[in-house]
Amino acid sequence: MSTRLSTGGRLIDRAKPVSFQFNGRKMQGFQGDNLAAALLANGQVVMGRSFKYHRPRGVVASGAEEPNALVGLGEGGRFEPNQRATTTELFDGLTAISQNHWPSLDFDVGAVNSSLSRFLPAGFYYKTFIHPRAAWKHLFEPFIRKSAGLGKPSNPGDPDTYEHAYVHVDLLIVGGGIAGLQAALTAAKTDAKVLLLEQEAHWGGRAPVDGAEIDGVAAEEWIKNALQTLEAAPNVTLRKRCMGSGVYDHGYALAYERCTDHMPGAAGPRHRLWRIRAGQIITATGALERPLSFSGNDRPGVMLASALRDYIVNYGVSPGDRVVVVTNNDDAYRTALAVKDSGLTVACIIDARASADGPLPQACRDAGIRVETGKAIAGVGMKGKALKFVDICAQAGEGSVLETVGCDAVAMSGGWSPVVHLWSHCGGKLLWSEDNFHFYPDVTRFPTDHKGAQYVRTAGIASGAMLTHEVLGNASESAVAALEQLGHSAEAWRPSATGSEEGAMAPVWVMPQGASKAKKSKMWLDFQNDVKVSDVELAAQEGYQSVEHTKRYTTLGMATDQGKLSNINGLAVLSGALNQPIPQTGTTTFRPPYTPISMGVIAGPGTGKTFQPLRKTPMHGWHEANGADWEPVGQWRRPYCYTKSGESREAAVSREIRNTRDSLGLLDASTLGKILVTGPDAGKFLDMLYTNMMSTLKPGKCRYGLMCNENGFLMDDGVVARLDENSFLVHTTSGGADHMHAHMEDWLQCEWWDWKVYTANLTEQYAQIAVVGPNARKLLEKLGGMDVSKEAMAFMEHADGELAELPVRVYRISFSGELSYEIAVPANRGLELWEKIVEAGAEWNITPYGTEALHVMRAEKGFIMIGDETDGTVIPQDLNLSWAISKKKEDFLGKRAQARSHMASAERWKLVGLETIDGSVLPDGAYALAEGTNENGQRNTQGRVTSTYHSPTLGRGIAMGLVLHGPDRMGEVLKFNKVDGSAVEAKIVDPVFYDKDGEKQNV
Amino acid sequence: MSDPRSAVGGAVYEGYVTVKDSGAHGMITLRGDHAELAEAVKAAVGSGMPTQRRIEGGLGGGAAWASPDELLLFCDYADAAGALEKARKSLEGNHFLVADVSDARAVFALEGSGIRDLLAKLCPADLSPEALPHGEFRRSHLGQVAAAFWLESEETATVICFRSVAPYVYDLLSEAVKGGPIGIF
Repeated sequence: MSTRLSTGGRLIDRAKPVSFQFNGRKMQGFQGDNLAAALLANGQVVMGRSFKYHRPRGVVASGAEEPNALVGLGEGGRFEPNQRATTTELFDGLTAISQNHWPSLDFDVGAVNSSLSRFLPAGFYYKTFIHPRAAWKHLFEPFIRKSAGLGKPSNPGDPDTYEHAYVHVDLLIVGGGIAGLQAALTAAKTDAKVLLLEQEAHWGGRAPVDGAEIDGVAAEEWIKNALQTLEAAPNVTLRKRCMGSGVYDHGYALAYERCTDHMPGAAGPRHRLWRIRAGQIITATGALERPLSFSGNDRPGVMLASALRDYIVNYGVSPGDRVVVVTNNDDAYRTALAVKDSGLTVACIIDARASADGPLPQACRDAGIRVETGKAIAGVGMKGKALKFVDICAQAGEGSVLETVGCDAVAMSGGWSPVVHLWSHCGGKLLWSEDNFHFYPDVTRFPTDHKGAQYVRTAGIASGAMLTHEVLGNASESAVAALEQLGHSAEAWRPSATGSEEGAMAPVWVMPQGASKAKKSKMWLDFQNDVKVSDVELAAQEGYQSVEHTKRYTTLGMATDQGKLSNINGLAVLSGALNQPIPQTGTTTFRPPYTPISMGVIAGPGTGKTFQPLRKTPMHGWHEANGADWEPVGQWRRPYCYTKSGESREAAVSREIRNTRDSLGLLDASTLGKILVTGPDAGKFLDMLYTNMMSTLKPGKCRYGLMCNENGFLMDDGVVARLDENSFLVHTTSGGADHMHAHMEDWLQCEWWDWKVYTANLTEQYAQIAVVGPNARKLLEKLGGMDVSKEAMAFMEHADGELAELPVRVYRISFSGELSYEIAVPANRGLELWEKIVEAGAEWNITPYGTEALHVMRAEKGFIMIGDETDGTVIPQDLNLSWAISKKKEDFLGKRAQARSHMASAERWKLVGLETIDGSVLPDGAYALAEGTNENGQRNTQGRVTSTYHSPTLGRGIAMGLVLHGPDRMGEVLKFNKVDGSAVEAKIVDPVFYDKDGEKQNV
Repeated sequence: MSDPRSAVGGAVYEGYVTVKDSGAHGMITLRGDHAELAEAVKAAVGSGMPTQRRIEGGLGGGAAWASPDELLLFCDYADAAGALEKARKSLEGNHFLVADVSDARAVFALEGSGIRDLLAKLCPADLSPEALPHGEFRRSHLGQVAAAFWLESEETATVICFRSVAPYVYDLLSEAVKGGPIGIF
């Protein structure tokens, strides 16, 4: 049983007790504890259950690599699943629940999976649940869903905020252990801008626990001095609780700062995402200890030797009274000494090596600790959920028990693997060490920047330097190399260090080496996903050779810890099974983030009212106050219609159309694109952009035009107004303004750079108001100012002047078929003019209308709409717009493409009007059915609906569509499919349904 | 004629940086060969020519370098039409574009000692004093939209964005202020 020791704990403050809850049980810890330490201090050894077999699990590590001790943290909107107890700082009022238990942590129904584990080998799901198909949906999937899955989803309504921070530095150093500090100390002597990040809440990494001496002082003292120096350096920024999560191309890196996780509810953002541009990056990310693969190594109470040492030294927590240490290296002996120093008992050190005679084993022997070399653990004995003993056997044998040793905790060490993740993110390659049996960075195959130069370096243990003085020297040298590349001169130095000498380790991938299949099926590689030595061997036996395939087949390393503990052990076992050297097997791909980061921090400010920029016209507020039912148009919000209380959308649209056609309507057209094109070559330029002729347009006149891309397809349409000899104002669709402006600049800057044309996007300079209907002229005359009579301003003309004492430009254009004026006014005056128009129009029952009324009225007139009649595959000829395609012009964008045989084919579907026989509204997107089926057994088609509405003016459904040989088939009745499988009949008619001669707009 | 109505109607948010709608300002886009523009700039807004990425003067009378063939001129809102005519007259016979964009923009004033820190939450550009000295006119992004800004001093800056997204930019800035300083400059 674990408990709090009466003394010790370098990170905790015993004067500051903290209360928290775990699974509803009240517990006590100290400030400075992490949750795992506090749980152990309260005797809570079992912290969660595994993914597949629901086996009870205790904490195995003490840091970011923890696979077992995952909890759901917080409550309500702050609930968050899959939080590692080892990286969760304890705070007063913390509440946590264990995960993946059903119904409780102590008793779990799913644990029956464990007794069935021999029936659930690698690839089981793939093999078993494929057939019969129906059983998957109704039987297997519901069961698997219930028994699998870690954690519950978080709740909506997160009350916290998150933000981003963009920083630009010369040198980014990830990791604030002694290597990172030494690299920063080296850089601090220059004037390079340095950012040093540490993922934990304290600096210095493992060195204080491991007890090295640097420059003649204890590591802790050296770290304190280093921090003082760095804090005083003006060019160094230090940030703790900030994990370097990923390295990307071009010196880009992301870091994840947990600002207030340790004090929820405090002011400021909860997490901050650092988006860093660095000239050079040094990763001083340390190393992770590997478990040993022996039968029962997943039992609660078995943990990494370094973790057990951390709990004692950092938190004053005893993971057990009698500890067995099992190892293949000297480092684990430090744990034995730490146990002994804390007054607890080391039952035995089981060393798989034939001999262990280095200074650390010697120190243990001198301290009276029993050391058994050439031995292994054959099995772990439990009583209930408590660890009671281990069976000892010979490492060389098959596992015959030589002796049983009573204990309540096991500290295991299979050696150390450098954290090469960040080095590898952008292409750094690895080498295999035959001394330390781990992968380490290959300094000759480094991540390269845009010039092919190195921009990521490792420092310290992350480089594979295992001894303290080598760590410090390597860090300093890496810093110098990075600084020199940045153009700073610096000098490396190697502080003296003692206390880190170790004897050679031995590779031990399976314990004992001749273990039976039964034993191997209890040797865990991936603790979270329940992948065992037997699963990886089975995968190899079934023909899996690639480590990437084996990973996916067995789920090795696919859990939330992403194989931090299991990776090397797993691929060593795979290599063994494939009988090939480990470097030949290689590693799986290291991808960011290093550990999971919150979804909130990725969104940053992109949430709530700043989720995305909503573009608002000057009259937006008025619309909102007057019943606007919004529709997104690009990033604009436009009123779809204005509903009165109790009115349906359909009723509102009908009312808006009727009032407009009968008397007077009003539309906010401010979102229309307005691009000024000016210069001596402006006419020539527009002749190239538009399919029709624009250069012949007279000042004061307007002309409708079509723009195609170079493939001949319609892109945009609108009215061009010629302002003077050199200047045109091009109107684009609302959604197309930015794109069309970019399109123009693209051609001007890249192709026709010598043409004298400038453009400016003036879309937002003007509010634009369409006044539409038989009473439109009367209204403008009532506002007073410029002459808008038929004589002064004919259809398709424009003029500058004043209305209601405001400076305006009036265009007499119509998209509705009615007498219509569009009035442009400076945006800051837009609302003022709108309100004056509404007031003056009261006598004609002026009715603001939305986009749907606009659409219906244009459809009644047979006007096309970009995005309805066009979809990127439609050319003007399809829409019978040949009249708008100049025959005289030598060239325009799309001309050549439109001459291609397929484009010129008479078989292309062409625009027609469609009227249902029964007067109903055709379904949007419906297809015109043809006889027979195609080679895929699908019904043949001969056309499709592009726009379809109920016309309140005509009291029936109207539609436009593209139909094979359509214009030649007037009066023919076609069948259109409906979603329910039936069909509806519609007659092919002229697309102009209303006022065919245009008398209404020409008054 | 009543006063022009800016997009966020004089809103103010106070925090470690104060964000203020600065109302309507006269702004003119002038495109042409920079070598030919000095006289027109002088005539229109009384300012000298800015060098690359710099602003001469400021709101109410100034000129900012916007691209290799574009300047943004500043004057009082009421003077924009007059200034535009002066520029046009001065450049007669040249190839140029001049347009009133006063109403297409929104202007915010930032006040406080943490301006660089605040902008660094929203803008990907390097905002350090070396990269963004006072009077450097930076065209970049704030959040998801285009914006331009310059620092007049460590305590005052001007931000310009498009009018339609002014409420978004105001919300973005004030939410970022709420988060408190990062402490990186």
